[in-house]
Amino acid sequence: MAQKLYVTTSPHVHCGDTIERNMRWVIVALMPALIASFVVFGLGSLIVTATSVASCLFFEWFITKVFLKKPSTLADGSAIITGILLAFNLPSNLPLYMIVIGALVAIGIGKMAFGGLGNNPFNPALVGRVFLLISFPAKMTSWPVPHQLSAYADAVTGATPMNLIGQIAGGNVSAADQLPGLTDLFLGNIGGCIGEVSALALLIGLVILLWRKVITWHIPVAILLTVAVLTGIMWLINPVLYVNPLYHLCSGGLMLGAIFMATDYVTSPMTHKGMLWYGAGIGFLTVIIRYFGSYPEGMSFAILIMNAVTPLINNWCKPKRFGEAVK
Amino acid sequence: MNTFKIGGVHPEPNKLTADRKIETLGLPKQAVFPLSQHIGAPAVPCVQKGDTVMVGTRIAEPGGFMSASIHSSVSGKVAKIDTIVDASGLRKPAIFIDVDGDEWDPSIDRSDKLVLQCNLSREEIIEKIKNAGVVGMGGACFPTHVKLSPPKDCTIDTLIINAVECEPYLTADHRLMLEYPDQILIGIKVILKVLGIDRAVIGIEANKPDAIELMRTKTAMVSGIEVMPLKMKYPQGGEKQLIEAVTGRQVPPPPALPANVGCVVQNVGTVFAIYEAVMKNKPLFERIVTVTGQELRNPCNLKVRMGTPVSQLIEYAGGMPEDTGKLISGGPMMGRPLLDDTAPVVKGTSGLLMIPESDAIRREERNCIRCAKCVQACPMGLEPYLLATASESSDWECAEENWIMSCIECGCCQSTCPSRRPLLDWVRLAKNRVGGIIRARNAKK
Amino acid sequence: MTFILTAVLVLGATGLVLGLVLYLISRKFKVEEDPRVGQITELLPGANCGGCGFPGCSAFAAACVKSDSMEGLKCSVCKSEVMQQIASITGHAVEVGVEKVAVVRCNGSCQNRPRTRVYDGARSCAAAALMNGGETGCFFGCLGCGDCVKACKFDAIHMDPETGLPVVDQDKCTACGACAKACPRGIIELRNKNKLDRRVYVSCVNKDKGPIAKKACSVACIGCGKCVKACPFEAITLENNLAYIDFEKCRLCRKCVDECPQQTIMAVNFPPKKAAAPAQPVQTEQPAPADNTVTE
Repeated sequence: MAQKLYVTTSPHVHCGDTIERNMRWVIVALMPALIASFVVFGLGSLIVTATSVASCLFFEWFITKVFLKKPSTLADGSAIITGILLAFNLPSNLPLYMIVIGALVAIGIGKMAFGGLGNNPFNPALVGRVFLLISFPAKMTSWPVPHQLSAYADAVTGATPMNLIGQIAGGNVSAADQLPGLTDLFLGNIGGCIGEVSALALLIGLVILLWRKVITWHIPVAILLTVAVLTGIMWLINPVLYVNPLYHLCSGGLMLGAIFMATDYVTSPMTHKGMLWYGAGIGFLTVIIRYFGSYPEGMSFAILIMNAVTPLINNWCKPKRFGEAVK
Repeated sequence: MNTFKIGGVHPEPNKLTADRKIETLGLPKQAVFPLSQHIGAPAVPCVQKGDTVMVGTRIAEPGGFMSASIHSSVSGKVAKIDTIVDASGLRKPAIFIDVDGDEWDPSIDRSDKLVLQCNLSREEIIEKIKNAGVVGMGGACFPTHVKLSPPKDCTIDTLIINAVECEPYLTADHRLMLEYPDQILIGIKVILKVLGIDRAVIGIEANKPDAIELMRTKTAMVSGIEVMPLKMKYPQGGEKQLIEAVTGRQVPPPPALPANVGCVVQNVGTVFAIYEAVMKNKPLFERIVTVTGQELRNPCNLKVRMGTPVSQLIEYAGGMPEDTGKLISGGPMMGRPLLDDTAPVVKGTSGLLMIPESDAIRREERNCIRCAKCVQACPMGLEPYLLATASESSDWECAEENWIMSCIECGCCQSTCPSRRPLLDWVRLAKNRVGGIIRARNAKK
Repeated sequence: MTFILTAVLVLGATGLVLGLVLYLISRKFKVEEDPRVGQITELLPGANCGGCGFPGCSAFAAACVKSDSMEGLKCSVCKSEVMQQIASITGHAVEVGVEKVAVVRCNGSCQNRPRTRVYDGARSCAAAALMNGGETGCFFGCLGCGDCVKACKFDAIHMDPETGLPVVDQDKCTACGACAKACPRGIIELRNKNKLDRRVYVSCVNKDKGPIAKKACSVACIGCGKCVKACPFEAITLENNLAYIDFEKCRLCRKCVDECPQQTIMAVNFPPKKAAAPAQPVQTEQPAPADNTVTE
């Protein structure tokens, strides 16, 4: 026998799945939303997304090379996803330097400070986004109105459905007249952050993720269901102050968060039971913040809070063990 | 179609040899019989250097209740009793026999005639199975006479015949069913008689329609024996998964046995061995081995005398391909790697698989990204990522609390991990350590 | 102005009240501890290595205070002076123990022990030992995955990338025994430190028969027994094809070293032999390097 044999314990075959494959499909699934945002907001959305991705990649490369002196981890694609998701949570007319700061916080503090991909307790893109939201509240909460295809810095801004829903709940019932129709909401013909406008495009992304088995249905369904049920109850109690749950489902960052941010592998629970609780928690906190908090949108905070609770959920929600019931 | 509920994966079936008839391999020059081919105490040699043996002569006696006899598969002279590196990768004592002619023990019925009638009592049958050294042929090699004597406080109602063969590549059981269906049926009847029950279910995965068809026609006239096609999913051939798929019952965690839920599971290969032992007086010294691999010139199913070095099987199949990186005894999901091609065929060798070097190398391991795919894949409802981390940091208490002893080492977790972490290596280590701790604790009590 | 005053007053009052509460609670739930436990813990190294058999240094200190004598209580890390100090605190007498050091009894470097296969599993000796004999034909020797390095709390053992074997830094080694426990093959042994750190030991644990061992590793003990005959002090025993030098009986005469046909017996930290020594340079007789580490 000439050749040296490899000796390793079983299993000796692998299904072929890699981190890169999963990340690639997430990126593919994000593309419909990017296209939708280009249609709605024009060039600004592409400028913001490109800046964000480029700076995320740069910071990840810089930190691994200069500080950690380790082989580059750019190839796994997670920095690209962080970049896209961060951009998707920003208005399409945000000054570029803010985006770079957001990317630095997202990659540097949100991810690499904890040891890189796999060790971060919070979704890096959301860490960056919330940092920007708190640091530059004015810029971060003025969204351009749709269909100014070439405008970037001088875009006209206007109230988003989220602002309006908040105003209505606050007693300004007349704001209801300004609310766009449900079809516009669903297709994305509204103001808002880059990635969150078109519920349809995001749902296409969800279908891609489910089809490629990148994620399971548990987290998105739990979030959407909880929000629908809670806002539905409020709507039934007082339909004048509280809007139809369909408005809630299609507006703000709910779809984006439920499909792409909450389902982030690293920061979500490991068991199906845990995922359902986690999703329900996010949905609950989102509704609370939307109706009773000072910010019109609560998705980012809800996800970050539930990220913090994830280790506890992992401790409590164990999978159903084989043979447990018979015991 | 039935299957088990929790977890499971779908590896490429790669059944290259499904339509290859069983061929008989010639005699080796020297046959080697390791003394521990089964779970339990090693057998004790009952021949000495220089003794002449015939085919079927017993050469080692059981070393305890949980042990099995070993019989010579060749005729000739005992050359020495020495050590050999067997499939476990460790140096173990073994009996070496130089082959001279092919002289069979006269008590063995070598005719092809089916023997239908069994007039022996229950005890006599078990004694015969024990004397023939029959062990579970699925790979675990549990002594069959122990399995057929379930604890007194358990009532058995179902015999399950494991013809699932969910391991990729292997086709030994599949071919056995196609070529010896009558013998298998008689074997099942013998086991039913031993257990004193009248219901048997043959579980076959749906990727073997010809075997399902054949067994259905054969069992059409027999009451009590049912053929149940099962949806393809690995590890359906695991004892606990098969019981759940067939009966819907879940075996509680160890130390509970399948008998606790009223089931006894036997592999088709074992059933065939029982038929030969009881009806033909032929001890277990031959078995069907699938020799396979993507690059192999002539993958085949071989009837092999035990003790034959695997190099002879590989030669028959066209020689080891140049780029072979791994030589595996058994299937790709649970088989053991062989250190070289000198190891002999033993009772548990269900297949020989050669994997090209490019597939044999594991890819670089990365951080766990907590994708939860291992948790979804685990058929026992465990959290492999957690158990592996606990093992890496020697946290045996955490591993025990999280049910590590339930792990059946099927490999689903590791084969799905996108970060390519050696999850099962770590889990196996922790299982070994926790098992030791539990045994020490029980011994103290 | 009043604004600042209010703030100062409110915060000051809160702090005062809370401080009072803390004080009362600490009085109420005070744990009475023998002050000697604290004193002893101060003296101990605080690495919580577990070499003494207790879960940590403070547990060892508590055991010292509780016990009637110092028998069986020995911090393997502390020098004997420190043990003396501990004994003076507890008021017991202490035996002066012999200082020990961890010794790696395998010389199966890449040159001596050819790789016959590749291990590609989890990087853990314990995991590798579970499945088979590692990467070489030797089923007893070092597996090279560095479990001992991970176990060492004192940074005293490292893998040599050249040989693939662990090397003990004898100045840092405290003989806590963690590496010896971690090694699944039982290669590492705690042996007497002796005068000038001189040691003679069999650097092999292979129990295979001579020819098999020799085929696997060019410096394996083949169980020939020449050293047993050579030893004037009956310090060497031969069991299961393996020679073992009892370090209590060994007088460091080095007769066995010259006798060993496999050059398995190591003599470290001895000065080089005079020119009258055998012509062929015996590898084991090379002087220890300047930094005093055991390189073999």
